Amino acid sequence: MKVSHSLEEKVRRQLETVCDPEIDTITIVDLGMLGNISIRENKVTVDLLPTFLGCPALGIIKENVIKAVKEISEVEEVEVNYINNPPWTSASITEKGREALKQFGIAPPPTQANSDGSWHVDCPYCGSAYNTLENIFGPSACRSLLYCKECKNPFEAMKPISTL
Amino acid sequence: MKITSVNEVNDPKNVDYKRALVDLLYQLADDDFLISYRGSEWLGLVPHIEEDVAYSSIVQNTMGHSAVYYQLLEELGEGKADDLAHARTESVRKNAILLEEVNGTGHWLYQEPMYDWAFTVVRNYFYEVMKKHKIESLKTSSYEPLAQVAVKVQSETIYHLMHWRTWFYQLVSAEGEARDRMKAAIEKAWKDVGGLLSLGQNRQAMANFGLIDSEDVLKERFVAVIKDAVAHLNLDYPGELGMERGDGRNGNHTPDLKEAIDTLAEVYNLNPAVPW
Repeated sequence: MKVSHSLEEKVRRQLETVCDPEIDTITIVDLGMLGNISIRENKVTVDLLPTFLGCPALGIIKENVIKAVKEISEVEEVEVNYINNPPWTSASITEKGREALKQFGIAPPPTQANSDGSWHVDCPYCGSAYNTLENIFGPSACRSLLYCKECKNPFEAMKPISTL
Repeated sequence: MKITSVNEVNDPKNVDYKRALVDLLYQLADDDFLISYRGSEWLGLVPHIEEDVAYSSIVQNTMGHSAVYYQLLEELGEGKADDLAHARTESVRKNAILLEEVNGTGHWLYQEPMYDWAFTVVRNYFYEVMKKHKIESLKTSSYEPLAQVAVKVQSETIYHLMHWRTWFYQLVSAEGEARDRMKAAIEKAWKDVGGLLSLGQNRQAMANFGLIDSEDVLKERFVAVIKDAVAHLNLDYPGELGMERGDGRNGNHTPDLKEAIDTLAEVYNLNPAVPW
């Protein structure tokens, strides 16, 4: 039986404890923000993919990642870099992440746009597709505002972002 | 030719390449920075609350884009990104004059702001059309880190252009005051639109080094979109691209820029050592 985990595994597990500062049901790993982890002796470097370039949460996330990784006893130094390649898109969110968003009351981004470029999301409360887009822009860069005509709830949806 | 690292740029044999690249990055950074600043002055003053949400989100994204370009400049040894944004005087700024112009008379804090929404819509629409074509071109830039940023920026700006295009088309299509004011705003913005499309005195080098498409090609694409829009909206094409007040890329600016920098850097200037 293997009892000791590799340092990289430990780092990965610590990163799975870091949540989005505003949406505390989803981890940054499930948001698809984790790039490479590289380890040189006791120094850990974590590459992260920024969701939106102007997102003010990026600084907070960076601090939280440093804090979480430093909790591992053998780690002496942590460096976090935001990288632009590969670019983050809303398809980077994991299946688990999509469920976590729903739990918070945010519809996950549409996985596929229609052939004419339009897209639809289902209400995170009742599942209905009978809803209207009130504002493509929302309370944060990554979210849009919608209204469900079925259950009469306003809700937010992750804005679809792609590099097509 | 592809350049993938800062070290390559700093190789003495690439001194001309670096000059063109640095100039281009300053133009991109300063443009996004100034239009964002003018946008931020609208907070709480726009026509309705959904627009407040939308415009501030666009401004936040765009400010993020300028920060990334300043970051690329920092990596090239130009100084700290925060200092590049706050501490540079007017004469070395490279933004287009159209972007530094005040939103209207008055002030958001000191006097009643009589800002011009029509001018704001026109300026932002022209800006996003121009930016779309620049970013598309930058995706194949010979400077790999810039090409990567362009891919990321493009995924966000699709929504910005959609937003301003909607305002532009709807206000011009409306009858009466809206259409009249939009026509006046188009006429006013057109007098400086040439400066928005200028790539400055290193334009030739930028194209030769494959940093971005030539100024003429970019201009042509911009003009094609505007011609299409005005035809659709039954407006006359405004004609020759104006540059009445000079070329911001070459350091020509108006007093509006000094006022903007003094205001936006007021807190920074209290203590430049404080991290942001």
